[in-house]
Parts: sequence; C-alpha cells; structure tokens
Amino acid sequence: MKPIEQHLVQPLIDTFKNKQIYVHLETTNGAYATHTDQTFHSAGAFIRNAQVEFSQGKLTGEGPFRVGLKMELGWIYAEGLTDFEIDEKGRLLLAGHNREGKLAIALELSEHPF
Amino acid sequence: MNKKPILVIFPHPDDESFGVAGSLIQWSNQGIPVTYLCLTLGEMGRNMGSPIFATRETLPMHRKQELQEASRLAGIKDLRMMGYHDKTIEFEDKDALADVFIHVIHELNPQLVITFYPGYSVHPDHDACGAAVVRALEKLPSQDRPLLHCVGFSHNIVDDLGKPDVIRDVSDVIDQKLAVLAAHTSQTAPIIKELKQNPSLQERFKTEEFWTYSFDQ
Ligand SMILES: [Zn+2]
Repeated sequence: MKPIEQHLVQPLIDTFKNKQIYVHLETTNGAYATHTDQTFHSAGAFIRNAQVEFSQGKLTGEGPFRVGLKMELGWIYAEGLTDFEIDEKGRLLLAGHNREGKLAIALELSEHPF
Repeated sequence: MNKKPILVIFPHPDDESFGVAGSLIQWSNQGIPVTYLCLTLGEMGRNMGSPIFATRETLPMHRKQELQEASRLAGIKDLRMMGYHDKTIEFEDKDALADVFIHVIHELNPQLVITFYPGYSVHPDHDACGAAVVRALEKLPSQDRPLLHCVGFSHNIVDDLGKPDVIRDVSDVIDQKLAVLAAHTSQTAPIIKELKQNPSLQERFKTEEFWTYSFDQ
C-alpha cells in the first residue's frame, strides 16, 4: 500500500460512483486490548460484501483521512485512513494503520464480491 | 507414550506456536503422528507485517503459507485448514462444529486432544473452539474419550482452576520452537526481534503448560 494522497485517491473513489458495488468496512482495536489493559473498552465491527450504491463519495482531511459515501438512504463513513492500493482485481483498498503498523480500520470497494 | 495420534484443534494460525510447538516437536521426534485442525486463516488479524507487507485481502494467503511452513517445522504431517472465518467461531452452530471434530476423532482414534480451555483463553474464537471440542468429547461414551489437555492464559485461570497439572520442559527443542514461531512472519516478526535482543525472554517459551479437562465437573 502507499500513503493516501488526495489527488490520487479521490478519482479512484469516483470510479465506483453510481454502480452496484460491494463494500468491506471494518474497525478493530484487536481482541487482546482488554487483556493487555483491563480498563480498555474493546470495540470493533466489520461488514463484508454489503451490496451498496453511492451517488457521491469524498475523501477529506489532511491525513489521517476520512471518507464519506452518500447512498440513497444513508451513509458509509470511515476515519483514520492512511494508506491505499488498487489491487490486481481492481478493488480499491483503503486502510488506516496505527503507529506500530497495525490495522485500525479498513474500507474497501469492489465491483465484484470479496 | 504409545504411537496413537495426537489431535490439535485451534482457531488461528500461530495458536500452535506459543504454547504447544515444543511438545509437538518432541512428539514428532518420537514418531507420534500429529494432526492439526486450524479452523481459520486469521483473516482479521491486525498485524500486516513489520514492515507492512500484507493488506486485508492478501493477509489470508500470507498466513496460509506461514501456517504450512510452521507446521512443517513443527513436524506436523497432517495439517487441515478447516475454512472457517476469523472472529466468527462463536457464531457458528456449536453442535455442528462438535460433529466435525467427532468425525475426525472417529477417523484418527487419538490418544490425546489439545485445544484452548473454554472460558479462560481470552479471544472469543479460542473460547468457542475449546467449548466445541469439549462438546464433541462429551458426546462420546466415556470409555472412548481421549484425554483432553487445554491451554489457557486469562488472568483468572490459576485462581479458578489452580496451577496447570501438566508441565512439559521443551528447552531441548527451543531453537526449533522459535523457528516455528518465526515462520508466522506477518504476526511474530516484532516478538522474534525482541527474543533475539533479549534472550532471557526465551525462558517462558521453554515450558509448556496444560490443564487436563475433567468431564465430571
Ligand atoms: Zn489465536
């Protein structure tokens, strides 16, 4: 993956606009966070292969970045994004890695199921 | 020990490395066959390599290769990747999972099964995996039931269960064990680096501890 740059990633988001696409969205602090620090409230979520369509998608922020995708009836939102890649299957992979290089968030768009 | 097989059941690639790999190496040196059911490929892991070399989408492929290499180094001849998805074991049907394990137990007739102690193994996948193994063995008539040794590492395990009753010295194979751990590169590179810089940290890897599960509780 490469560090996100506004002028590179915004056009990539636009290529998925107004199409039936599949989304993987995930946040995580790791399953061991509370084991390591008992005061830590562990929280996370993932959804894989949600079929959606958005009419407007924006990348914002100075880094880490945010993405908002406007759908007919709602929104998809992600923050803390740092890196991106178009993989060999043409999917847009966005990820947020923390200082230790661990994944904290992932937002991925694909025209075919993951 | 007799030469009947040993069956290891864990949910994630690398679960076998920390607490069991030394025992597995010793058994394989004695000619005891080991079968390892690894339920998932750790698809949802947060460690992407250090420096980062994996993405969420390529991580399973990397972890699969790492698991195969680690198993080879641990002397495991029969590695079975079971195709479940990381983080979802507790949401699978427990009896269906238990039936999968029973099928393998009937096939192998193992002398010993190893898994996580349900309720004392921190990660929900660990606890659910252990619980399904216990369910599987409960379904067998007691005279057909292999011994069950559990690994656990929650903070309260010793308070609740007492000290582990099986403590195995694996210092004679520690270098091989660390090689198994190192094979899971995407997950363990930082730990391996630490262990090299500070060899005294290797001490805790030289013993492996198990709680024998009692079925009349
Ligand atoms: Zn695990």
